[in-house]
Amino acid sequence: MEKPEYNQAIVRSFVNWSIVWGLVAVLVGVIVSFQMIYPDLNFPPYLTFGRLRPLHTNAGIYGWGVGTIFALFLYIVQRLCKTGLWSNKLASFQLWFFNATIIAAAVTLLLGYTTSKEYHELEWPIDVMVVVLWVAFAINIIMTIIKRKEEQMYISLWYMMAAIVGVAILYLVNAAAVPVSLFKSYSAYAGTNDANVHWWFGHNAVAMALTAPPLAMFYYFLPKSTGVPIYSHRLSIISFWSLIFMYLWTGAHHLLWTPVPDWIQTLAMAFSVMLIAPSWGSVINGYLSMNGQWQQMKENYLVKFLILGITFYGLQTLQGPMQAIRTFSAFIHYTDWIPGHIHMGTLGWVSLIAFAGIYFLVPRIYGREVYSIPLANLHFWLVVVGQLIYSVSLWVAGVMQAGMWNAVNADGSLTYTFMETMVEMYPYWWARAVGGVIYLAGVLVFIYNIWMSVRKGQPATATATATAAAGSAGRA
Amino acid sequence: MWEKRPVLLLILATAAILVGTVVTMVLPFVWVNTEADRIASVTPYTPLQQEGRDLYIREGCNNCHTQTVRPLVTEVLRYGDYSKSGEFVYDRPFLWGSKRTGPDLARLGGKYPDSWHYKHMDSPRSMVPRTNMPDYAWMKTNLLDPEMVRRKMQVLGFPYTEEQIKALVGKNEIDALVAYLQKLGSDIPWRVATQATMVGELKNPFVRDHQAMEEGREIYKKNCASCHGEHLDGDIAPPLNGLTQTDAALFETLYNGLPAGGMPGFASLGASKIWQVVSYLKYHDHEKGQH
Repeated sequence: MEKPEYNQAIVRSFVNWSIVWGLVAVLVGVIVSFQMIYPDLNFPPYLTFGRLRPLHTNAGIYGWGVGTIFALFLYIVQRLCKTGLWSNKLASFQLWFFNATIIAAAVTLLLGYTTSKEYHELEWPIDVMVVVLWVAFAINIIMTIIKRKEEQMYISLWYMMAAIVGVAILYLVNAAAVPVSLFKSYSAYAGTNDANVHWWFGHNAVAMALTAPPLAMFYYFLPKSTGVPIYSHRLSIISFWSLIFMYLWTGAHHLLWTPVPDWIQTLAMAFSVMLIAPSWGSVINGYLSMNGQWQQMKENYLVKFLILGITFYGLQTLQGPMQAIRTFSAFIHYTDWIPGHIHMGTLGWVSLIAFAGIYFLVPRIYGREVYSIPLANLHFWLVVVGQLIYSVSLWVAGVMQAGMWNAVNADGSLTYTFMETMVEMYPYWWARAVGGVIYLAGVLVFIYNIWMSVRKGQPATATATATAAAGSAGRA
Repeated sequence: MWEKRPVLLLILATAAILVGTVVTMVLPFVWVNTEADRIASVTPYTPLQQEGRDLYIREGCNNCHTQTVRPLVTEVLRYGDYSKSGEFVYDRPFLWGSKRTGPDLARLGGKYPDSWHYKHMDSPRSMVPRTNMPDYAWMKTNLLDPEMVRRKMQVLGFPYTEEQIKALVGKNEIDALVAYLQKLGSDIPWRVATQATMVGELKNPFVRDHQAMEEGREIYKKNCASCHGEHLDGDIAPPLNGLTQTDAALFETLYNGLPAGGMPGFASLGASKIWQVVSYLKYHDHEKGQH
């Protein structure tokens, strides 16, 4: 059979750039974590917490998250379709436009041009850039799938297509605004409506950007790394359809007890709990795929990243529904627990899968074996320990904070003033900052390892190149 | 079958995504921001307030402050009346936030006098010693652009007068921000509605009780000193040495505050702590510094 001409160069560039933006995200995260302890570390007007924190989240979600989606999807889609990209030119355009968008986003956020909507802070001209970028990506992926040489579409391709459609709908609807000037606009929706539209976006951006794509990667890289197929095709079908159906009902769990109509809150709560099933469908499918292969946890560092990643996904999708229950939300919402939760998802789940994907790609896109597996293991432990210190300390902080906010005296008065509760957070914020520094160290080890692989790694073996050509990742 | 037909898969996936979207995101527009949740006393922002709101957005205040009080006992005690949908109809975008690193601000309007806010924005730690809020003194050097504000009012469709636009000349960013903060949550008369009426005889249980005065001094330092001065000699609020009111009158003032004078009520501290402060204020020898 004639070997398809895969575009490796574009994958390599996206990997490189997403690593750059990932480093920026983590570095800024560490900076803002120290700003919360030392207000003197704010340098107005550009480098204050209020402007840097959105830069941290945007660099994380759009630079690292979406960057790795671009990188790994452009790789996976070619392999699963056994054909090159539909358009290499479009992919090159996508690469430079991606970087232009992220740079424009970073600059405007520091200048204070923001809509204030969480995870959708970018003002309308940057919104337009994001839309152009996504359309370019979508066309290339979908057209590549249409001209594929492999009739059956593997699980990863379903998640990919759902994510492409989902992000497009969410982003366009929530971006609707009336411009006043080049860098100021007012939302098309007001007050309670705006809140409801926004968290429909906010929660499903997590679904379509930080859940479906990592799942697409997981379903591809796990069988590729272990050499055995996914346990159950049927389970993956059920998980996929129920996941993308149920997710969209749950946005209002971010708005429990607010003026949003009660019935929307109740639906959001119910569907959030129901979402445990499709989420765990994938978790269980991942675990059972390891049947008879568990020794690979010891022997194959990629498996360690992937299995711990899916484990954090499993924990995340239990903790999330718990927070979506009214009574627990009343207690824990608005506390430091919440950043603890989201960082388990981003640092634990999304990033571990992306790291595994990139390590897997090293021999295939750089033509070099990974420089050092001990260093990859060190990277693994630093990021896992860093993330756990981060999350666990903030969970404890959040419960304490909530307890103090809710404490009442015998006569019905409040036991603590707000400041009495806030000052108790400092030690925990220290612990969080330390966790962040450890995570940053892990990322630096990762970058060093990749750098050294490119410079000094052994030339890639024939097996790596051979498996690279094999299109379908395990079918059951 | 859909596993072999990408276009079909795309259509089905879109349909699956749209069901929940239509029910929970599109449909609510029928009920929200309609006559049913309208509150007559809620008014649009003035040019100065709207500009303040946009500065609140520019500086990302919503990263640390929420603006929605939930109908929960301790929350209403701490912040005031719970938020109603009709109070937000002029908010583009909404600013409810998701994290309370600092306190909720939905009911901030009218809690403190303007002078408190000016000092606090200059240097939050001068008013609240251990806060982690950054200083915003630098915003005072930035003047407003009246023509830009006029355009904003036109895009929003809010009423404004030429006088209001002219009055913006020479105003700085902190002026606007404070005007906005003073409007927050004050369109409904909740402060009046939650005023407590004192019934029966109020009797101070701690008259000249040294222990109580000591505790009263600590409470005073944390909650009162930033406005009334560490030595009760007054600052942005009047001096408190040589008070002549009765204990009961002092208790009532501390409990309910003086909304007209910009003094917040301290009912949430509870009667016992308020009596301790009353005792400290009245019976402690402030000149000699002893009880």
